[in-house]
This record gives sequence, structure tokens and C-alpha cells, in this order.
Amino acid sequence: MNVKPINYFEASARTRIACLVDPESFTEFCPPELRHISPHLVRLNAPVAFDDGVMVGRARLAGHPVLIASQEGKFNGGAVGEVHGAKLRGLLDKALIERPVAVLLLVDSGGVRLHEANAGLIAISELMRAILRTQSAGIPVFALIGGSCGAFGGMGIVSRLCTEVIISEQGRIGLSGPEVIETVKGVDEFDSRDRALVWRITGGKVRRALGDATRLVGDDIGAFRAATAELLDKHAGRPLNSSDLDDLTAAHSNLSIRAQRYDTARDGRIIFQEAGFTELESVALLPVDDFNRQLEGSP
Amino acid sequence: MSTLFDRLFDSGHHAVTIDGEFLSGTATVAGGEAVVIGTHNKAAINCGLALKLADAILAAVREDRTLLRPPRTIVFLVDTQGQELSRHEELLGLNGYFAHVARCCDLARSHGHRLVTVIHGEAVSGGFLAFGLMADRVCALPDAQVRVMDLRAMSKVTKIPYDKLVVLAEESPVFAPGAENYWRMGAIHELWSIEDDWGICLASAVTRAGSEDERALLGLERGGRMLAAPIAALVAAA
Repeated sequence: MNVKPINYFEASARTRIACLVDPESFTEFCPPELRHISPHLVRLNAPVAFDDGVMVGRARLAGHPVLIASQEGKFNGGAVGEVHGAKLRGLLDKALIERPVAVLLLVDSGGVRLHEANAGLIAISELMRAILRTQSAGIPVFALIGGSCGAFGGMGIVSRLCTEVIISEQGRIGLSGPEVIETVKGVDEFDSRDRALVWRITGGKVRRALGDATRLVGDDIGAFRAATAELLDKHAGRPLNSSDLDDLTAAHSNLSIRAQRYDTARDGRIIFQEAGFTELESVALLPVDDFNRQLEGSP
Repeated sequence: MSTLFDRLFDSGHHAVTIDGEFLSGTATVAGGEAVVIGTHNKAAINCGLALKLADAILAAVREDRTLLRPPRTIVFLVDTQGQELSRHEELLGLNGYFAHVARCCDLARSHGHRLVTVIHGEAVSGGFLAFGLMADRVCALPDAQVRVMDLRAMSKVTKIPYDKLVVLAEESPVFAPGAENYWRMGAIHELWSIEDDWGICLASAVTRAGSEDERALLGLERGGRMLAAPIAALVAAA
């Protein structure tokens, strides 16, 4: 059966869930009919959404029970406000009760919603604590990143707390977006309109080469589904061991080595070079499968 | 810094060293030894500084475990303007270094260390998320500046007139800078005044530090964040 690929980048938060999980398996919690909108946006006369830009619920993926959240990048850049953040946090609290095989976070967010900045920042801190608690209870949390807003600000930190990070080539993870850095530090520091450069700093391939993402997939919801299913199979029936002192000491050493090895680096080319790629100019054009093969085959 | 240390620690007793913007060492709190880790001079937190913070936390956990002694309290002294804005830091994956610091905080908590934050300068955005907000109890000194972004920049980004934001900020704690706003929303547990005995305040904060995240309930109780707790509960009970 040939299934026409559905572009992940362009899809709405709802389409992503619908195409990612098993047919008819999704139940939404706190659905838009309940109209839990942001009172803070109302006060500022800013547009609101009945789901406050995120949908959360329960589903099955390749038969595995999962809890799932999907941020809508087209609503306020997927930014986290009080209600939006509380839905995410509530989903992780629910994971402790239902014990799904994993919690899937379809991240598409620039971080904190400035209209309710304090509430958003605190919500992200609560989400961070909730993810760590979920993992300590043996339940993995996955981040899926491939939307137009990527995973930035607090959601960039949240994504890196996740057990598995599945990213597309177009997906981006970082802390401060290129536009912010350019605005504050000038165009010489970071030219946000240089798309190739932006991609070599924050894009899916460089994040995969560094190990910040655990899977790189094509911009197709089917590819996200296949990678997620494979990782769910891997985690199913094997509760996550929570990080202990030795794990974090090892992680610390890896991050220290990275910071030393790339102590003056300002371009992802050096990362690709160190990862064993020889044709540096063509890495951008390399099909995902070839990229993965070369990366995983490299010593 | 010595004025702060004098007011914070028992008889000003401490062995905290200052290495650039990074602070680490030990001090006497409530008659016992506490680990002190932090930043000053409005540090912009980069990967190097994040690694120092994480390393100090891991060292405290390791030391107490090796010596088979009760886990010491860890006091975070927070003064950060946020994350360093640079292409180099982004390439390294600064967000991942912050996540690592957060994981180290959580490890310390799970090993029985009590984590208390004292904001003694600025606490801004990502820099605050990485360690200060990860504590069990967060206290702010009278001159603490806590924010995501100042109102002028916020006005520019949201396209909402500055004057309107100023007026709205009077009645809502939700977006305007200020430790008081974070107190009302439950993310800062205690605001200390200039007259307070900060040593006594710190000792009491340590005893009151709980390891559960109850900030949303606190925000509800204080009337500054009315939806976070009920919406999360609604989802969890669905």
C-alpha cells in the first residue's frame, strides 16, 4: 500500500496527532469545546484559541498506549502560557496514574508566551520538574520536533530533558533564536536571514550529529511515526532506569568534552567534519537515510 | 559579596570562593554546614558556567555519599541576566547544558539534599530556569529583579502599546517584572525585607523546603495564578 507522505512541517497540531497515532485511538482531554482559553490574552485584546494552542490526550501508537501533547505553532508561535503549560503539566501528572509506554510531546514552540511571561516561565519550570518526576517513575518522555517554530527558549530546555528526541531535518532546537541574538548582538554575531547558517547551528542534522537528538527523520509524519513506534517497542516492558550519579557524571564528562573540542566553533561545519563527513558542502543536501547511515557507520 | 555572606550565614562563617561570576564553597547555616553554589555580577550563563554549576552540585552529592553523612543543604545564590546570547553557545547546545544542570538539581533532591534559592540580584528567564527555579524553596532579597523581559521590549515584541502594559501591570502579576509578582504566582516562596535577619530567614527556609512541586497550588492560594492548578488537575483526572 502506498501512503502519500504528509508533510510534518506544514501540518497543524491536530493533523500531526491524527496521522501519527493509530486510527480512532485518540481521546482529547480538556478539548476545545470546554473553551479553557487564556484570560490573560483576553485582557490584552489578543486573539485566543479554545485549546490555548495545545492539545493533550491519550492514544495508541503501533498498539502501545501513550499520552500525547501537540503544540500549535501557528497560534502565538506555540508559546507557553498559564493554561497551555498547565495542560502539559497535567498530562505528565496523568502519566503517573496511567503509566503509558511513553509520553509524547510534539514540540512546536518559541518558548514562553510574552503576553503572560511570568506564568509561562513558571509553567515551563513546572513542566521540567514534571518530566523529571515522570522519568524517575520509569516512564520515558519523547520530544518530536519538526514544526516551523522548532523547540526554543524553555521548550528547548524541556526537549533536552526528554528521553528520546526525534527531529526532522527542518526541525530546530536551541535556547535563543537567531533573531533574538541578531537583535541584541548584531548581524555579525548571527545573521538570522542566512538560512543555511541558521540550519547549521540549530537544525536537525547538526543536533543529530552532536547527539542532542536520538533520531533524524524526513519531513513526513509517517517517518515520525515509524521512528516513534520503533522507540516505543524498545522502551515497552522495560521501565526506564532513572539517572543516577554515575549517569550524570558520564553525561557531564561528555558535555565538558564537547565544550572543549568546539571551544571556538561558530559554525556547524566543524561538527559534521568531526562526525566523519567529508563532503561538508553537500551535508545539507544529503538524504536523511544516507546521512544516518554515514553518521551511524562512522567510528 | 561579603556583606551578603555576613548577613546570610551564621556569624558570617563561610568558605565561599569567587571565580569570575561563579560562586562555590560551604557556609554555616542553622548551625550546620551547607553547600553554596551560585553566580553574581548579573552573570550571563553560558555552557562553561552551566558546567561549573552542575559540577558543584554533583560534587556535593558525591562527597556526602562517599562520606556516608546526611546530605547537606544546597544554597543557590542567584544573580543572572539570563542565558548568554551567542552563536557559539547555541552551536554547543546551551539548552542541553541547562537541561543537564536541571537534572543535577533533581538528582541532589532525590538524594535528600534540600535546595534553597536566594535571589540576590537578577533572576531572568533561561538563567533562572536552569537552577534557581529548580530549588525546593525560592527566596528573594529586597532588591531582587525577577523577569522574563522588561516591559519596553515586551511591548515591541507583542505590539501592545507600552502605556497599556504599564496600566495592566498594576492589576495583574502575570507579565510585568517583579519579585512580588512571582511571589503572588507561587514561584517565589518568601520575600525577605531589609530589616529581616536573613540568617534566621535562611534557616527557616531550609526547614520549610519540601521536595514536592506545590507552586501551582501556592499561586492559587495567593491569588496570582488561578488556572495552573485546576487545569492541570482537570487533565490529570480526565
